[in-house]
Amino acid sequence: MISIKVQSEDFDISAELAALSAGNTQIGGIASFTGLVRDIAGPMATASSMTLEHYPGMTEKQLSAIAREAMERWPLDACLIIHRFGRLMPGDRIVLVATASAHREAALSSCAFLIDWLKTKAPFWKLEDDGSEQRWVAAKDSDDEAAAKWAAETRSD
Amino acid sequence: MKLLYFAWIRAKIGMAEEQVTLPPDVRNVGQLLDWLASRGGNYAAALKERSVVKVAVNQEYVAADHALQPGDEVALFPPVTGG
Repeated sequence: MISIKVQSEDFDISAELAALSAGNTQIGGIASFTGLVRDIAGPMATASSMTLEHYPGMTEKQLSAIAREAMERWPLDACLIIHRFGRLMPGDRIVLVATASAHREAALSSCAFLIDWLKTKAPFWKLEDDGSEQRWVAAKDSDDEAAAKWAAETRSD
Repeated sequence: MKLLYFAWIRAKIGMAEEQVTLPPDVRNVGQLLDWLASRGGNYAAALKERSVVKVAVNQEYVAADHALQPGDEVALFPPVTGG
């Protein structure tokens, strides 16, 4: 089961995780990653926010594709990706990735794979506002390297 | 053909989308980027760093040699920063 949600509203982590395994007693564990908005302005600033822009249609398509890839690579029972867009404040939840499997190794590895791939493939862009100016967040080489690691592991299998 | 722009490429060009008719010699993605940049002004500024411009055709990532069709939806955007 794959569940993909792209939304502006917040999500309830415990309700989402409970729903992921509901009705399937073969699931032995759920791994999850929650991404939050970090405060870039620091404690002295008056305002700080982040606005997430995305490409409606392609976002859902890319998230579904990486979720299907995870389901093929690991023995998963369920996979969930929720990603928010719009204006968010420090401490707000941005993303939830959760994977459910009979055993922990598949759940933990596939959860890490999903967040690494999502960061380099899902068409989202962050615009930071520290209260005085707006700045588009630059992509990090370390994110590309984290995603590339999963491709390398496939080749060496 | 429908062109979509996102993030700082949208901001630099000054619009989110436009409808264009390609000249007959523009047949692939690389040629499209060359043609857009040749319009000068905001386009040239937005596409100056060609290596960071990502292109999706019909919502799938493509390379510069990808052939274009008249009804395609082509999106130009910088490297993604979600998650």
